[in-house]
Amino acid sequence: MLNVIRMNGAAPEPAVPPRPGFRAEKGAIRIDGVEIGFGKGDDRVVAVTETTLDIKPGEFVCILGPSGCGKSTLLNSIAGYVTPSHGEVLVDDEPVTGPGPDRGMVFQQYSLFPWKTVRENVAFGPRILGRGDPTPDAIADTLIEMVGLSRFADRYPAELSGGMQQRVGIARALANYPRVLLMDEPFGALDSQTRHVMQENLLKIWGEFGITVVFVTHDIDEAIFLGDRVLVMSASPGRVIADLTIDLPRPRDPDIAVDDSFIRLKRLCHEKIRHESTRAFEQQNR
Amino acid sequence: MASTATIHSETGAAVTQPLDAVARAGAVAGAGNKPARAKRKTPGIASRIISPFKNAISELFNGSGMTVTVLRRSAAVVLGVLLWHYAVEHDFKFIISFENVSSPTEVFEAFEKHLTSTKFYVHIGASLQRIVIAYGLAAVLGVVLGLAMGRSRLAYDLVLPYVEILRPIPAVAWIPLAILMWPTEESSIIYITFLGALFPIILSTVAGVQQTPEVLVRAARSLGARRLQIFRHVVLPAALPSIATGLSVGMGVAWFSLLAGEIISGQYGIGYFTWTAYHLIKYADIIVGMLTIGLLGSVSTIAVQMATAPFLKWQHKSR
Repeated sequence: MLNVIRMNGAAPEPAVPPRPGFRAEKGAIRIDGVEIGFGKGDDRVVAVTETTLDIKPGEFVCILGPSGCGKSTLLNSIAGYVTPSHGEVLVDDEPVTGPGPDRGMVFQQYSLFPWKTVRENVAFGPRILGRGDPTPDAIADTLIEMVGLSRFADRYPAELSGGMQQRVGIARALANYPRVLLMDEPFGALDSQTRHVMQENLLKIWGEFGITVVFVTHDIDEAIFLGDRVLVMSASPGRVIADLTIDLPRPRDPDIAVDDSFIRLKRLCHEKIRHESTRAFEQQNR
Repeated sequence: MASTATIHSETGAAVTQPLDAVARAGAVAGAGNKPARAKRKTPGIASRIISPFKNAISELFNGSGMTVTVLRRSAAVVLGVLLWHYAVEHDFKFIISFENVSSPTEVFEAFEKHLTSTKFYVHIGASLQRIVIAYGLAAVLGVVLGLAMGRSRLAYDLVLPYVEILRPIPAVAWIPLAILMWPTEESSIIYITFLGALFPIILSTVAGVQQTPEVLVRAARSLGARRLQIFRHVVLPAALPSIATGLSVGMGVAWFSLLAGEIISGQYGIGYFTWTAYHLIKYADIIVGMLTIGLLGSVSTIAVQMATAPFLKWQHKSR
């Protein structure tokens, strides 16, 4: 069963917009007939039904859906924390067998090592991998500067605000120069102002790195503002119900949120989600 | 006596601004002191004299500053010594008896005398040596076992029954068997001390390892860390606060167990000193020994806390 529905006829292939420093040749993700279930026998719960997806190198893909729809589970299967019951996940034609430094991960909760300073946190990846030139600290300092926290390089995470901690989290995930950046509701715990700043910041970083980003969120505005593509997921069982191409021009300005095209896409997402929720509701009543 | 001097100097400053002092006394004392009334009334001579005292006393009861803390703690000790003195002077006797208890001055004199005798230091040295050996072994083995149990289900299942069965057995109950098992009295005392320190260290270490946030392990894995690197960079530092607590508790129990061992056997040691003082009817020395034990126990626990503090400095940082 193929759940992918192409919603937008205007762009047959999701176009990767040209941007400075663009060098995405790697970071293609193929989700090939993946089904993810937990438990056995009668207790078995299918979190994600059979799904097939292709994500192009350098693409910014948002997975949008309500809580419990399996969007994080799908992301975790790309990260390698979860093994699909059927099918497989391939990154640049290599099957994913576990977590690895080629796929950077940014978590929802603050996941910095509290006993390491900002610099030590960001340098952790390169240090673990035994990178020598440039030194882990030099890589860390470059990335810390990029997220605008040079003044805080020697502080401990507890001394930083939530938004600052997530910026360090992004810098740390990028320090291994991964092919793919996986983000699991990274701005979910932030206030809306900080959130907007973080979104713009992320787009800038993505522009510089040109890597594939898979971004999980339950916020429609966030998904449309950030993504080249929005995959709308629905719960029980978790599956992709729509695959929208977001053909808004880049670089994107926060003002875009009041544009007609933005609002049209938003309405489309709403309709998709509402239709599915109603269906699910009726199904539960039966 | 320094305490009263400070109170007086504080009240001296307060007298110059009685109105302000009244308001402050009311504010500090809170609702119980009816601040509204204090505000309305113009201060007469009586309140001019009383209010500074009220101010100082309410500060002493409700304050939390450094000076107040030191004052309160010193006052508690002074009060205890005075009660002790009074009870001995008047041969207090009601259920417990102070008839054979030495007075604070006698104990102080005995203490002074011992501080100049080599024998006293030999006793302290013997106890310290046992603590260092026994505690050192317990710290190393306890942390290693605790880490293994926290990380491996197999190790946990194999070791836990021993911890659960042996832990509740007090040091005193171990003495007969320890004497039978170990070749020398010295080794049996060290064994008992070691055992006392071991269990709290094991259990705190296990708890620390098990509390490691899973998201940090995941983060480390996605950054390329392997099992051993995760252990060294994530599990170990995450467990450190708990390990430090275990080490500090373990030091207390080590002294506790050492003294049990020294009282019943041995020829040297501060526990032996205390117990023989009883047999030799040197009653002041009993208290000298007890106070020395208390002091050594506190100092060594503080030493453990100071030794672990540099590893935990990240904990106390906050915005």
